[in-house]
Amino acid sequence: MDMHAAKKKMSLKEKYAHMTRGLDWETSYQSPEKVFPQASFEGIKIHDWDKWEDPFRLTMDSYWKYQAEKERKLYAVLDAFAQNNGHLGVTDARYINALKLFLTGISPLEYVAHRGFAAAGRNFPGVGPRVACLMQSLDEIRHAQTQIHALSNYNKHYDGFHDFKHMLERVWYLSVPKSFFDDAFSSGPFEWMIAIGFSFEYVLTNLLFVPFMSGAAYNGDMATVTFGFSAQSDEARHMTLGLECIKFMLEQDPANLPIVQKWIDKWAWRGIRVLTLVGMMMDYMLPKRVMSWKEAWEIYFEQNGGALFGDLARYGITVPKCITQCTIDKEHISHQAWATFYQYGGAAAFHTWMPSDEEMDWLSAKYPNTFDKYYRDRFTYWREQAEKGNRFYTNTLPMLCQVCQIPMLFTEPDDPSQICYRESDYEGEKYHTCSDGCKAIFDDEPQKYIQSWLPVHQVYQGNCFPEGTDPTVAGFNPLAKVLEWYHLEHGKDNLDFEGSRDQKNFDLWRGMATKNT
Amino acid sequence: MHIDLRTVAIKPVRQTFDHIVRRFGDKPASRYQEGTYDLQQTDIFHYRPLWEPELQLFDKRRSKVEMKDWYALKDPRQFYYGAYTIARARQQEAAESSFEMIEERGLADLLPAEVKQLALDILVPMRHVEWGGNMGNSYITAYGYGTAITQPCLYHAMDHLAVAQYLSHVGLVLDGAEALDAAKEAWMNGALWQPMRRHVENVLVVQDWFEIFVAQNLVLEGLSYPLLYDYLDADFSANGGTVISMMTRFMSEWADETGKWVDAQIKVAAAESAQNKALISDWVKQYRAPVLEALTPIAARAFGDKADSVLSEITDQFNARCTKLGLVL
Ligand SMILES: [Fe+2]
Ligand SMILES: [Fe+2]
Ligand SMILES: [Zn+2]
Repeated sequence: MDMHAAKKKMSLKEKYAHMTRGLDWETSYQSPEKVFPQASFEGIKIHDWDKWEDPFRLTMDSYWKYQAEKERKLYAVLDAFAQNNGHLGVTDARYINALKLFLTGISPLEYVAHRGFAAAGRNFPGVGPRVACLMQSLDEIRHAQTQIHALSNYNKHYDGFHDFKHMLERVWYLSVPKSFFDDAFSSGPFEWMIAIGFSFEYVLTNLLFVPFMSGAAYNGDMATVTFGFSAQSDEARHMTLGLECIKFMLEQDPANLPIVQKWIDKWAWRGIRVLTLVGMMMDYMLPKRVMSWKEAWEIYFEQNGGALFGDLARYGITVPKCITQCTIDKEHISHQAWATFYQYGGAAAFHTWMPSDEEMDWLSAKYPNTFDKYYRDRFTYWREQAEKGNRFYTNTLPMLCQVCQIPMLFTEPDDPSQICYRESDYEGEKYHTCSDGCKAIFDDEPQKYIQSWLPVHQVYQGNCFPEGTDPTVAGFNPLAKVLEWYHLEHGKDNLDFEGSRDQKNFDLWRGMATKNT
Repeated sequence: MHIDLRTVAIKPVRQTFDHIVRRFGDKPASRYQEGTYDLQQTDIFHYRPLWEPELQLFDKRRSKVEMKDWYALKDPRQFYYGAYTIARARQQEAAESSFEMIEERGLADLLPAEVKQLALDILVPMRHVEWGGNMGNSYITAYGYGTAITQPCLYHAMDHLAVAQYLSHVGLVLDGAEALDAAKEAWMNGALWQPMRRHVENVLVVQDWFEIFVAQNLVLEGLSYPLLYDYLDADFSANGGTVISMMTRFMSEWADETGKWVDAQIKVAAAESAQNKALISDWVKQYRAPVLEALTPIAARAFGDKADSVLSEITDQFNARCTKLGLVL
């Protein structure tokens, strides 16, 4: 009896250590360098993997238990949502376009996160980070799948969702999020952890998920709210992993600091550029707005991020150097991005529109320094033209930044009327970037960024037409052929919301479901 | 905002995503299908990996096995994350209640000394072999090709971690933390375990991910699980060691279930081409020898003079299984 009591006294931490940390051993039949070939090429020095503090202590059996419970609840909600035509409960069908951006631009990245964390979970020589990364890999395939399953019902009823994997690899604006994750995964395991584990999951995650999830809640989309909330406890684990990882790297060797700082600067900027799409979604695509992009930025980056970097200062880490530019940008980027998508709305796989007067009043109030001064007149003019039957579309494609791959739409920090271009020379060629941040990233690793598969360059080189296309035939319409190659159905997936099939169907179906027969 | 919606029948515009339609036609798709097929990017990558610049991020050339369509390797269990975790949660509940009962009632103290010692000597060090299985399968998840196979390999990797933890738990129940220290010492330095450790370490440096699949999931598991969780388990039960069987029930059920999945992969890959068939058959032969060599001292410790006949029965069954899968040994 006493013996059992003695055995039971093991603390949770000790028990977890026995169950997990003790599994590893130092190999001797094969050299550790061969077993962990990616451990050192990035220059990060780790002297003692045992110093790793497990950020959470979940054994597999408890992981299954908690997660299965969450899955049961989530799928019950999704089933009910589908059964009851929950999609007809959203504010109005414009909202659904935010979900198209999510499914085409974000869900496939959850998938890449799954593969990347599996790689990290194989490559670190320490057992602690490996197990934590593998659990995150498992969570990330969960996120990809629960998002696809939740949005599957929207795909049955609305356009723009139907070929998300094919589009991710090809469509011009989707190369922004895709190249971001390709960039991280093609780096080594330590940079991956700073890029995704820390910068993305810790510093920027709230700026991505809170807008989408509260946007969903405000706009009556229970399916999205449910997968969002269900992922929250996973995200809490991911955040602690990211933070533990950076602290561990900094504590192991002072020589790691400059490398880590460089990665933080790079990945904060890279991530913030991707978030332009989220800013645009918040300010323009949600019929019922949660808060402005600027407000979200101030709360989740300036305040929360400020506190985080205050904490990290004791390791010598400083706030990402892009912060000055971001403080200027927060007033502009959502308007500039939406203006771009509106003009290129013929080549986007979601619908665009100009805000109503009331919505413009909201934008004026949220952006007192910039909206009326730089954007309102142009937007009002476009809207009036559209109402007269002259909806304006640009029929070319925009020039893209060599690094972030966003069209050159951002303005000079000191002159919001001047588009910002930066130029670098590498091996006799000129490369264009959208900002000092992107130029710095290019100049640090030109051999990487010259490889960028820039969708617009590729179009101009003739690489984006369906097989067998003959561009020399009379009346050849290159844009139509590009859309065909994208699998983007002209007249259904693209163009203005006004007059779209989504709009018509939603009105018809909602009418059926809300009116008495 | 809340709107009261009457239930009305509306005709969907389409039944599923285009990449699923291209494979199965425009009809309602299962969650396994929508959560699996064509999820991995295949066509356009931006940068060559710093860690392997000669290949793309996801690249078919990471294995010598070739498939026209890697999604032919489907999972008969149709595991997507939700189905997987719910299935495992059910199994872990049973395992948890066994462990609870054994610990609460001190049932391990009633074990005959030889049975207990045998479990400490044979089962507990296997936790390190399981950890090797986790590493091999996480490698496949990262560098394999096509979600149909990479997805279940992550589940398999995590299952191996779980088995390693169950075995650790067995050690803790039988002899507290010292059991794990003793097992580690035996694993690192004991003569009994060196052939096995050498083999496991050799598999850790294999580059071809399908080769790892064959070495780990077909050969090593195919030979060691019957030895430990059928034959040895039967001996335990016959000799007053039912408590041990209770603690390893997860493993024997798991081997049954996952074996069917492994078989489905091998069968389809081997049937694809004569070249695949030859390649996989060669790998089986190549890895069967060191695994049998590694199991020989373990079997001797477990079965004494019956060891040879047990091993040859297991080998025969394994060979028959491989032949049924279309391999030529
Ligand atoms: Fe995620
Ligand atoms: Fe995450
Ligand atoms: Zn840029």
